[in-house]
Amino acid sequence: MTYDYTNRTCYAKAEEVAKMKLAHKVLKEASFTPSLPQRGYNERTLYINLSDLTVSEKPVTQQMKEIFIGGRGFGLWQLWQAVKPTTRWNDPENELIISPGPLAGNTQYPGSGKSIVVTLSPLTDIPIDSNVGGFFGPLLKFSGFDALEIQGKADRDVVIFIDGVEGKIQIEEAPQEPLDSHIAAEVFTHEYAKDEKDLQNVSVISAGSAADHTFIGCLNFSWYDVRRKAARLKQAGRGGTGTVFRDKRIKAIVVRGPRARADSNHPADLDLMAKTGIKLHKEIRDGDEKQCKMHKQGTAHLVEVMDAYDLLPVNNFQYGKHPETPKIASYEWEKRFTIGIPDGCWYGCSMSCCKGADEFKVLSGPYKGHLNTVDGPEYENAAGLGSNCGIFDKDWILESNFYCDVYGIDTISFGTLCAFVMECYERGILNKERTGGLELNFGNAEAQMELMHQMARGEGFGLIAGKGVARMKKHFVEKGWGDPELLADIGMEVKGLEFSQYMSKESLAQQGGFALANKGPQHDEAWLIFMDMVNNHIPTFEDKAEALHYFPLFRTWFGLNGLCKLPWNDIEPADNAKTSEPAKVPEHVQNYCDIYAGITGKELTKEGLILMSEAVYNFQRIFNIRMGKGRRQDDLPPYRAVGPVTREEYESRAERYDKQLKEKVGIDPEGKPLEEKMRLLRKHREDQYQKLVDAVYKRRGWTKEGVPTMETIKKFKLDFPEVLALVEPLLAKATYFE
Amino acid sequence: MKVLRIDLKKCDGTQACMTECARALFKSEDVAFSSIVVVRENGKSVATLCDQCGECISVCPTQALYRSKIGTVMLKKDLCTGCFMCIGFCTKGAMLRVSKGLVPFKCISCGKCVDACPNGALSLEQVDHENLPA
Repeated sequence: MTYDYTNRTCYAKAEEVAKMKLAHKVLKEASFTPSLPQRGYNERTLYINLSDLTVSEKPVTQQMKEIFIGGRGFGLWQLWQAVKPTTRWNDPENELIISPGPLAGNTQYPGSGKSIVVTLSPLTDIPIDSNVGGFFGPLLKFSGFDALEIQGKADRDVVIFIDGVEGKIQIEEAPQEPLDSHIAAEVFTHEYAKDEKDLQNVSVISAGSAADHTFIGCLNFSWYDVRRKAARLKQAGRGGTGTVFRDKRIKAIVVRGPRARADSNHPADLDLMAKTGIKLHKEIRDGDEKQCKMHKQGTAHLVEVMDAYDLLPVNNFQYGKHPETPKIASYEWEKRFTIGIPDGCWYGCSMSCCKGADEFKVLSGPYKGHLNTVDGPEYENAAGLGSNCGIFDKDWILESNFYCDVYGIDTISFGTLCAFVMECYERGILNKERTGGLELNFGNAEAQMELMHQMARGEGFGLIAGKGVARMKKHFVEKGWGDPELLADIGMEVKGLEFSQYMSKESLAQQGGFALANKGPQHDEAWLIFMDMVNNHIPTFEDKAEALHYFPLFRTWFGLNGLCKLPWNDIEPADNAKTSEPAKVPEHVQNYCDIYAGITGKELTKEGLILMSEAVYNFQRIFNIRMGKGRRQDDLPPYRAVGPVTREEYESRAERYDKQLKEKVGIDPEGKPLEEKMRLLRKHREDQYQKLVDAVYKRRGWTKEGVPTMETIKKFKLDFPEVLALVEPLLAKATYFE
Repeated sequence: MKVLRIDLKKCDGTQACMTECARALFKSEDVAFSSIVVVRENGKSVATLCDQCGECISVCPTQALYRSKIGTVMLKKDLCTGCFMCIGFCTKGAMLRVSKGLVPFKCISCGKCVDACPNGALSLEQVDHENLPA
């Protein structure tokens, strides 16, 4: 079956758009001189305070560039200065910072259109950094700013409009436009584009109605797809960025920039950029079909691979595979996606992974019957909204994916919290009375959707669930619902953030990859499962610690520079397997050194790249400590991420666990009762995890409590007075590794 | 549409075609600016020609590449963002870029090279383009 990729419900009829625009009232107007970056930097950021409508420019200092680089680094630095240890997500001083990074916006190297959103998360109370595509970041840079820093709260719903062509910033009251992103992005794009040709030069940030009522609100960053003639959406999903956005009463942020050109960053060496980019385009042309099929399936290519290795989360991370997985496997998504047209969320991205399922007829809720293009589902959505909730129906996964995006909900947190709720329902911790009538059994897609609609309407059990797994656990315990220990074991969160969609039970390194991650358990810090579990390349604690040093730092670098991770290893050079360290994809690491030099004019070695990240990574750890998290006790995974919590889980893989008891623990399981075997396995696995933490902290230059040592702090020039005041008392009583 | 063809047996590698193409496209005497590339390898000519297949149209994110009414694949420079995906994805190697170039360039089947070839090795062939990317 083929789908018409231009056919969808129209939300931007010219006369209605004009009417909505007419209802705007300008509350503040400021002018600025538009500029293009020189060697990747504009040397200034834009500050807006919504409480008093201040609009000002801030210089980018040499120190910012040297230590914090850009992107996530700039966001963390600006947030650090804005908040106090007592600041929480909904305090006016909390900021929302959007920064693309010095390499962002180049049109030559695939995956170069990213922005990083940084704010204090409502879920975790520590900084969240969320990496997002779409055109906003590059267009912000080509308007003249290396970051947008928003503080304060408006007293009514506002739109912030940055016109990088006319040199104008407006804060406007915008009473009529809907909040939900599929409409908001479409309408605002048409409101602010000068003409049809200008549509690609406008990008909108919006959230959705559920971001008003939950802590898992996400942000949608739009990019105008000229073939589909639609504003498509990419999400800054994790950590409740959309919740902060709506708490500040922002309805949308719109940027209009000049058309991107090959040299808009004024790179030091455009020929090097072109050469490096064309080389990767050719690799993708020749290799993608044989490797990940990103241009046909996006990241959904992983579904059946994860199932095959017992890694696909099923029924709240209890199991790693399911007989119905073929119904949501990559080849099924391929049939649903429109293929053969560019699907890059920034120019030059030949990976083309953001697939669209066109002509999707919405099944439920306020948009029932509408035809829409659903962006995705990506792997995380298929796994989180699907298998982890026991749902193996493509149409319902498209439905929940669609509504997560338009309501402004993080698909990952929603999937994990819904899976938790469903397990609680199945175990009697919740029941129909407690959920207000929702029958939240695994596999009940309609109940899953009703839970989501409740979040958008701000009512019922949706309000409780929308606060996330950590608060639900507390709430259930306070109500006397369920065994607190079981709730702690099966509630899949660390630091308050829900796990992303991979089973880590059989990979100790991945347990660390999740639970040691600065922002909370998100795989974009470290994905080590194959290296650890399947290929057994990192057998010792030291090997794992080295991997948990290198890979989180390497991946941090993408967020500093405005890049996407996927073109690093979702396509590999044909001879990659023959290199000494194939997991690192050495040729592509060199590409990154080359494009860094190509834009900034500064030479970079592979070792230098890691050092750049290490400074910011340590700073983020210190920031976590400042906000009350970020020490050893905060780096503990729930046992569900480490081993089998329940009898059913143990019994389902009894052969595996019995063998491990015998070979790794040195205990003969023969004749032992199940509870005894479970207890022994748990003790072993929890001990192993603690040994891993020791090895990782030592490698990272931290104390046994997880605090960066003074030597580490000084090495990365992080010895600012406020940092010293914070860590000196902790280091005075710290335990150091020998 | 008209498609450039070459009879390599007649080509002696003098590159008169390239000189003429560079003049026509860029008013340059430098053959690096030619959209037809002919080199000699092991005593034989090897040519890189655009056959106007239009695969580059399919990968262009801004619709800067398009098929003209007469079937030739053309570039609207004002829409081009210089991503060079068309260069990477052209299986014939016929989409080109010169040093410091902000946009790619290609053969537009103008036929100047046909007239310039002293050996009559080049010709323009009329080909149906109905089912090709537009």
